[in-house]
Amino acid sequence: MLRPESEAELAEMIRAAHAPLAIRGGATRGLPLPGEALDTTGLHGIRLYEPGALTLVVGAGTPIKEIDTILAEKDQRMAFEPMDHRALMATQGEPTIGGVTAANISGPRRIQVGAARDHMLGVRFVTGTGDIVKNGGRVMKNVTGYDLVKLMAGSFGTLGVLSELSLKVQAIPEAEATLILRGQDMRTAVADLTRAMGTAFDVSGAAWLDASASDGGGERRIRVEGMAGSVAYRSERLADLLGADHVATGNQSAVLWQQVRDVTPFANRPGTVWKVSTRPSIAADFCGALTSRGIAHSVIADWSGGLLWLSLDAEADTQDAGAAAIRQELARYGGHATLIRANPDIRAKVATFQPQPPALERIAAGLREKFDPRQILNPGLMAPL
Amino acid sequence: MQMPVPDPRILSQKDALVGALRKVLPGDAVISDPAETRAYECDALTAYRCPPMIAVLPASTAEVSAVLRLCHLYGVPVVPRGSGTSLAGGALPTADCVILGVARMNKVLERNYPDRFIRVESGMTNLSVTGAVEEDGFFYAPDPSSQLACAIAGNIAMNSGGAHCLKYGVTTNNLLGVTMVMMDGDVVEIGGAHLDPGALDLLGLICGSEGQLGVVTEATLRILPKPEGARPVLIGFNSNEVAGACVRDIIEAGVLPVAIEFMDRPCIEATEAFAHAGYPDCEALLIVEVEGSDAEIDEQLAVITGIAQRHDPVAVRQSQSAEESGRIWLGRKSAFGAMGQINDYMCLDGTIPVSELPTVLRRMSDLSDEYGLKVANVFHAGDGNLHPLILFDANTDGQLDTCEAMGAEILKLCVEVGGCLTGEHGVGVEKRDLMTHQYAPADLEAQMAVKDVFDPAWLLNPAKVFPLDTSDARRA
Ligand SMILES: Cc1cc2nc3c(=O)[nH]c(=O)nc-3n(C[C@H](O)[C@H](O)[C@H](O)COP(=O)(O)OP(=O)(O)OC[C@H]3O[C@@H](n4cnc5c(N)ncnc54)[C@H](O)[C@@H]3O)c2cc1C
Repeated sequence: MLRPESEAELAEMIRAAHAPLAIRGGATRGLPLPGEALDTTGLHGIRLYEPGALTLVVGAGTPIKEIDTILAEKDQRMAFEPMDHRALMATQGEPTIGGVTAANISGPRRIQVGAARDHMLGVRFVTGTGDIVKNGGRVMKNVTGYDLVKLMAGSFGTLGVLSELSLKVQAIPEAEATLILRGQDMRTAVADLTRAMGTAFDVSGAAWLDASASDGGGERRIRVEGMAGSVAYRSERLADLLGADHVATGNQSAVLWQQVRDVTPFANRPGTVWKVSTRPSIAADFCGALTSRGIAHSVIADWSGGLLWLSLDAEADTQDAGAAAIRQELARYGGHATLIRANPDIRAKVATFQPQPPALERIAAGLREKFDPRQILNPGLMAPL
Repeated sequence: MQMPVPDPRILSQKDALVGALRKVLPGDAVISDPAETRAYECDALTAYRCPPMIAVLPASTAEVSAVLRLCHLYGVPVVPRGSGTSLAGGALPTADCVILGVARMNKVLERNYPDRFIRVESGMTNLSVTGAVEEDGFFYAPDPSSQLACAIAGNIAMNSGGAHCLKYGVTTNNLLGVTMVMMDGDVVEIGGAHLDPGALDLLGLICGSEGQLGVVTEATLRILPKPEGARPVLIGFNSNEVAGACVRDIIEAGVLPVAIEFMDRPCIEATEAFAHAGYPDCEALLIVEVEGSDAEIDEQLAVITGIAQRHDPVAVRQSQSAEESGRIWLGRKSAFGAMGQINDYMCLDGTIPVSELPTVLRRMSDLSDEYGLKVANVFHAGDGNLHPLILFDANTDGQLDTCEAMGAEILKLCVEVGGCLTGEHGVGVEKRDLMTHQYAPADLEAQMAVKDVFDPAWLLNPAKVFPLDTSDARRA
């Protein structure tokens, strides 16, 4: 295992490498990575924190836990709510900011504040040729040159190993509330959620958990956050509009969104889990189509996060775990599916990422060829070699 | 401004290319008469002008593809153009180029309220996108001051911002997908109504690439429900530093205004004389706007004015009505027009960390003394995006040069304190040669490698973004 303690050392190690490297932070995501482990946790530490400018600069190997703690001391947070994969994936280790940003992991607040990519102000990284590159900076608005920050977000280490990140942070709002309604079917619930997200009430969470993912009968959750008076006003208006069996506030509300963020209801269901990115209004049809093709499943719709989580029922979890059918349907409806959890047999058969149209794959391959010509950075992860 | 020498081989093929273009486009969409191509000689950075060899106005993605296929075949550079409002010379032609304008592509293709997006052709103006969904209670958030004229195509190319981006983000945070034509004529679809790329984030790369990676013909944009209401408070201060400190405290307190705008004395005086908005007599003022229901607005404004009171304001005017709000915004909105009345000016666009505001304002006034040119400031303070206006007289010999030299010093200062050369206007030709102050050779090399992948012959929007000597070998 390689464990650089500085960016310069990281660059040296990459330059010296002759075989594939498996880049990892906390290794909590269970990605199928062959090759010698390149552990980034030595690139650790808070480099700069300016609460008054809402900016934080950190080493890529810094644990999320440490960042959360230092931000909380100033009543701030990373607004994009990155998922903690440990429950779902049954992994140990400490998630790092490098892993979160390299995978562009974002949670249910996405509708209001955007994804990890939207909070990344700047990056430093080392390419597959060992060159140290910086892009962006630490200011809120920056259009100086091409936006390689976005390119690095979600590139899963395949274009470069992140060494440092600068992030935009957010003040923790005074209050939050979640409206809960039970016993709806998917179509009704999704219609409610899209209606809520289309109001002026600045919804920061809209999710639906089906019967097997919630305590019976399915559960719709809608969240608002902000100043106390405003939260009270908006949750009342939303309850008038859409109904609510129960309104959770404060910590009780926060826990509900941690569940959605971490997909914890699926932690206890064995088998394959898919993460689907598509749009709300086709969701019920899409899920119906899967069921009628024999792919029985449970659903968590994190619509404010733009995600549909599918956990396959045991009888459907064979062969390719529904990959071909799911991806065919999505090609029709718009969107794509990423394999998040699967046994080694399925992993060996199914590409983690949905294959792209050839024209886009050519561009992606061209970028990999430029940034990692020797194919040593997580090779094969985002597209077959 | 140094531009590449026009290629005689290309110029000699003009007639052949015009003939070929006329076979794939309607007659009036191919402009080759020098009297008419002159209309495309510059964008809003009018100090630099150069008529293109040919201008074309395709009306569909298929026509754009046909044009690019031909230009690729002939090896002719192409400069994409939206509405030509770039302040960085992003759409400045070269004498041997084809200007490709998307102004005829201005249709709405799809509105979807449940999924909150609109799909449009890229020639639509920014304001008309909001116009298309407004009656149904939605809006498109990025709102550059040029929104009446500028096109979505240019907004995407420049990753444009606006007064309200403090809360809603800039173009890249509101762009879901594009249809783009590659330089060889291939049409690609990137992104869509869903949020995640599920692959490399090419959309994020294209937004802000200044027309150098492909020609964007259609866009899927995120639309948002309109807030119930909005109202500003105007706060006057005795010094720039104190106003800067107040901005920092508001941000830190966690109220999220939609806008925090800053004006200094020279700017206040000029706008007063021009627009008579009734601004207080003070060194600096802030306009802070918040959104929500009436009660929510009051709740937020109470916190903001509470913070302002700790900074000894000389005036606090909390708007209670649409009419008062209009008056508060009047001066800010006419600031550029007002400055234009009294002087020629050059508008800069650097960004700095908000904490450096007092230092930078002070050092700018030192530079102003040193160069003998006045600076007026009006900018988006919440996110540190400065727009210093250097006032000069274009008719006095040498003043434009002095002004440009001083502008470069101010932008270098922005970089020195941890900021950047451009927050929303783009690099274009204007800041091209300053790029080496912000980026090391390896940083620029990585960006140019991206260009190599999308446009291997470097035909799209030549001589922008990268210093000529850094990109020489590639453009050969
Ligand atoms: C008075 C005034 C106020 C302004 N205020 C703001 C402001 O508040 N915020 C802000 O961010 N900017 C502002 N600007 C700058 C300018 O309006 C923006 O940069 C705008 O996005 C440019 O749009 P356009 O359609 O005019 O583009 P153009 O000027 O035509 O082109 C701009 C760039 O886009 C490229 N391009 C054009 N079309 C395409 C296409 N189809 N595909 C690929 N590339 C393309 C061009 O090659 C060029 O590099 C202002 C300008 C003026 C004159």
